[in-house]
Amino acid sequence: MDFKNTSDFVSGFWNMYVVVLALASIIGCGVFLLIQDRAKSNAGQTTGHVWDETLEEYSNPLPNWWRWMFYITVAFALVYVTLYPGLGNFGGKFGWTMRGQYEDEMKQADAKYGPLFDKYAKMDVAAVAADPQAKEMGQRLFLTYCAQCHGSDAGGATSFPSLKDNDWLWGGTPEKIKETITGGRTAVMTPKGTKPDMDGEQVKDVVHYVRSLSGLSADSIRVQRGKDLYPQACAACHGPEAKGNPDAGYPNLTDKVWLYSSREDSMIETVTKGRQNQMPAFGEFLGPAKVHLLTAYVWGLGGGVKGEAKPAAVPAAEQAGMSGMGGMSGMTADKK
Amino acid sequence: MQSQATYNYKVVRQFAVMTVIWGIVGMLVGVIVAAQLVWPELNVIEYLSYGRLRPLHTNAVIFAFGGCALFATSYYSVQRTNHTTLFCPRLAAFTFWGWQLVILLAALSLPLGYTTAKEYAELEWPIDILITIVWVSYAVVFFGTLMKRKTPHIYVSNWFFGGFILTVALLHLVNSAEIPVFAAGVLTPKSYSAYAGVQDAMVQWWYGHNAVGFFLTAGFLGMMYYFVPKQAGRPVYSYRLSVVHFWALIFTYMWAGPHHLHYTALPDWTQSLGMVMSLILLAPSWGGMINGIMTLSGAWHKLRDDPILKFMITSLSFYGMSTFEGPMMSIKTVNALSHYTDWTVGHVHSGALGWVAMISIGSIYYLLPRVFGKTEMASTKLINVHFWLATLGTVLYIAALWISGVMQGLMWRATNVDGTLTYSFVESVKSSYPFWTIRVVGGLLFLTGMLIMAYNMFMTMAGGRAVNDAPVLEPAHAH
Repeated sequence: MDFKNTSDFVSGFWNMYVVVLALASIIGCGVFLLIQDRAKSNAGQTTGHVWDETLEEYSNPLPNWWRWMFYITVAFALVYVTLYPGLGNFGGKFGWTMRGQYEDEMKQADAKYGPLFDKYAKMDVAAVAADPQAKEMGQRLFLTYCAQCHGSDAGGATSFPSLKDNDWLWGGTPEKIKETITGGRTAVMTPKGTKPDMDGEQVKDVVHYVRSLSGLSADSIRVQRGKDLYPQACAACHGPEAKGNPDAGYPNLTDKVWLYSSREDSMIETVTKGRQNQMPAFGEFLGPAKVHLLTAYVWGLGGGVKGEAKPAAVPAAEQAGMSGMGGMSGMTADKK
Repeated sequence: MQSQATYNYKVVRQFAVMTVIWGIVGMLVGVIVAAQLVWPELNVIEYLSYGRLRPLHTNAVIFAFGGCALFATSYYSVQRTNHTTLFCPRLAAFTFWGWQLVILLAALSLPLGYTTAKEYAELEWPIDILITIVWVSYAVVFFGTLMKRKTPHIYVSNWFFGGFILTVALLHLVNSAEIPVFAAGVLTPKSYSAYAGVQDAMVQWWYGHNAVGFFLTAGFLGMMYYFVPKQAGRPVYSYRLSVVHFWALIFTYMWAGPHHLHYTALPDWTQSLGMVMSLILLAPSWGGMINGIMTLSGAWHKLRDDPILKFMITSLSFYGMSTFEGPMMSIKTVNALSHYTDWTVGHVHSGALGWVAMISIGSIYYLLPRVFGKTEMASTKLINVHFWLATLGTVLYIAALWISGVMQGLMWRATNVDGTLTYSFVESVKSSYPFWTIRVVGGLLFLTGMLIMAYNMFMTMAGGRAVNDAPVLEPAHAH
């Protein structure tokens, strides 16, 4: 694709329109100054016009330094648009483009820093997670690309999952984490689940039943009624035992982790209006080596689940060494 | 009743008083949002949260404070320099009440969350229509008065006021083209822009930069050309310079908008043209500064004991500084550092506080006693106190944001040996806190000055009378 062209305006007319108008305007500024410069002036004399009793104007000439400053900027503009893009599709003698500059800089950066990341790309996730230097690099990547949503300490926030506990919406094995970072995730909970005809009371009942599953305060009568509604409204996704399904991103409703707060009103809102959430894909933007490093970093935060590749045993001391990154200890598998 | 025509000072008085009142309101909101950045706990309820108050601040200081100052001074000077009374006084009165209604609606709708999300054009479509009606009335009054003039030549202040009025009408109409939302068949106050994508961005910044160029520059240059020579008692330095810089300024400003969109989806050629035209803009901008400051040549001693003149000359100095800084920031490589940082905010305020507010304050101090039947303000000493508070406040504000802006730019681009970023974004936020605190102090000083001005104004009004009998002067005979 040719990114230099005037994109939306495909007719050649618009190119000429831009070129002629831009050149005429820049040169016109200089010509206007030249003509005005030649007009007669009488230094120290007024023009002879008086307004409102006292307002007069001197007929002083243009200050010399100011005139030259004006000419120089006009000349600079003309030189600049012959060297750099400015006149429509004419890209300028230097052939510079913003996109080209970006690509050049990225190429240089890849050549310079690529080997550093490639070294870790060849190691398995558990080994990378155990490497102190890799951990530092991973943390810097995390703070640049992930912290905006998941927080500097990876502790998450409402609607953004915590990455340092043992609860994984989409699975906590290295493979699953990498899949999440690379391709992103999209999750939708439909309003009122699979039973859209529920009324407000029934929604409340089902919410109380779900609350009872994880030991949250609940009205026992509502729990009984909600239990009858659950199979029809929720079980299709969250499962008959409400344990969820990480293969499809369906959350477990029996643990103490709540993406949208465990307050009753928030849970009622979730069921009534449904939820939509998205994690953007980073694979293309970061490339496989950086994704690998980030995978190891996130997996090593404390909640990673053992994958097919055997993870190296991580000494507790190294976990403690990660100051300020939360206190989950050990790389043990799911607590549940 | 006298048979001789008198100047219409009523609408001038109304706008002049509201300039001071809206100045206090707008700057108070500014101090609040500045404080909310330092102490986020001050975001108590959604209606008064940072995101809703910030556009209220910009709209209040630009269109309420700045707008009232422009109405007051243009209505005053267009009568005096054309030796005639205002055309269609009823329409002039309508512009006052109409403009106040616009401000009131802005003060209600923005906290309620109604916004087009276009910077400096946030007001929704019903208010946009009202603005259009008021603005066309303003143009009719202004140009009608100009047509009735008794002088063969049009004084330079009127060129700038005229250029400002015409261009703002054009900018407002084009940028505010929007489609109202019908929800369930009912017309709502919400709308969406008629443009999409990068074209929307380009139209927005064509508008945004010309709001600076015409509302906040050309209009206030008109003010400068009347009140500086009046207060200094000296002729304007160079007629030729005023001709060249007027035409060059209004022509090149139109091209400068793309410098707000460097390194974005805007095509390279558009960005470049915006940049070179911004550089050409340096000389035309400085033309106004030179003409204002050099008007004082031969009368520099007046600066010693005339605080009104101090306001005016300081404003021109800040104008010169901001209009040098602006073209420099439009250079792509400089912009790569300065864009999205506090530097931009500091730059805007060196123009807004240093130039726009100070020239308005000086002009209003000149104007108030004359429309309230006094020879001078109730207290010259308090004008002097106001001057030092305003100057110190401005310097603190812009110096703090220069430092934090350059610091943010450098922190964002710093990289480690492995190519990763040295600082996370939140670390740059943390490092900015001391400078944001200094900004609050600077803003508070400026606001305190405005409160002193209000006191001085009410004392002047209390001892004066509403002047409605100033006879229209005959033009002087040409030499």
